[in-house]
Amino acid sequence: MAFEGGGDRSKAERFRAAVLPYLDDVYTLARYLLRNTADAEDATQECYLRAFRHYETFRGGPIKPWLLAILRNVCRAEYARRGALAGLLSSNLDEAESATDGLWSEATQSPETETLYRLDGETMQRLITQLPDTFRETLVLREINDLSYREIADVTGVAVGTVMSRLARARAHLRNAWLAEERGS
Amino acid sequence: MTCDESEVMLHALLDDELDAGHAREVEAHAARCARCAAQLGAYRDLQQALRGGNLRYTAPASLRRSIDRVVPSPTATTRRALLQGFGLGGLVSAAAAASLTFVIVREDRDQRILGEAISAHLRSLQADHLTDVLSTDQHTVKPWFNGRIDLAPPVIDLTGQGFTLVGGRLDFIDGKPVAVIVYRRRVHVINLFVAQGLSSLLPAPKLETVQGFNIRRWSDQGLSLLAVSDLNRDELEEFGAKFEQAARAARVSQGRARSLSSRPA
Repeated sequence: MAFEGGGDRSKAERFRAAVLPYLDDVYTLARYLLRNTADAEDATQECYLRAFRHYETFRGGPIKPWLLAILRNVCRAEYARRGALAGLLSSNLDEAESATDGLWSEATQSPETETLYRLDGETMQRLITQLPDTFRETLVLREINDLSYREIADVTGVAVGTVMSRLARARAHLRNAWLAEERGS
Repeated sequence: MTCDESEVMLHALLDDELDAGHAREVEAHAARCARCAAQLGAYRDLQQALRGGNLRYTAPASLRRSIDRVVPSPTATTRRALLQGFGLGGLVSAAAAASLTFVIVREDRDQRILGEAISAHLRSLQADHLTDVLSTDQHTVKPWFNGRIDLAPPVIDLTGQGFTLVGGRLDFIDGKPVAVIVYRRRVHVINLFVAQGLSSLLPAPKLETVQGFNIRRWSDQGLSLLAVSDLNRDELEEFGAKFEQAARAARVSQGRARSLSSRPA
């Protein structure tokens, strides 16, 4: 027997049980992508609203990647808004990507035997936050949100091979920044 | 495996993304190539540092609360919270959202009540659930409800009009007790549910078909009446009309009787 009201109620209950455990994951990604607490809170809230509105379109499987993909779309809209304000978005992204090509070759030349000293959490967070957009996003999804390559590929809309190479570049970039931080301090 | 390949593949190895065959290849290459071995070690260090670094952020309690408010919950939903949600979405104006939620909330309840009435109707047809008091005499059925429910349902004998009074029972709809008067037309059972506030007061009778059953709803003297049957629409409408007519007639004669008896001798 179909009771409409009961169906809606259980939809909300199922939704809450499925997505609320990932609130910190969503918020963490938002913090790294937007680099700012207030924007991250707004984006997280918007993400949950959209997720609830489109919950019927969720086709099963792990729900975390689905949720993070929504968050990423929200953040990209925010990038676009900021970009429209500054008029700098696309050129910034391109520069970032080509700039790291240089850093990546530098990284392969730097002595691998150099030891990474433990940095405190806040410093590590800052170094990650300074990574260029696409690398930062891929690295956070892998190391902090703990997504598989396949899931990252789905969230970011690229091939698994691209995920792998972005991750290699992101780590090279981060390692360089890390070593620079050690030398600086 | 070349060093170029290894440089990318070693990340997949660290991330447990390689099958056993490819993992062995990367490890075998690193065993022969000092530079790639050093890289593998360096990135393993980096990965361990990151994983031990507690780099996650915790959503502030205020954010958790506001999400709790916008995501409907059976206990926490308020119309205001829903409105905030619509407002944030920016898709509908607050006014449109207000009328929308009101209609949705009301229709939800309406649908649920109709569904429950049909369930109760179906239950009544199974086993011996049809009547608690079995009588074709309205003067037996009506008093039976006294003390069982805090309203006096109109029990009307329509046998003369082709609808046989079978009896009455107590049922539950929307979590509240409901008086049910049972009629029969040939082989068809009509369950007439009577309660307060089963639906908003209807200015005119409403005939609808839900899940193959015909339902006629109307209001009378502040009571909601809801007749469910597999009887065809015309005959259910006829039942409702005759019931209303007889109820009005009964009130008029009762009123007259009262005014007669209260007249000073």
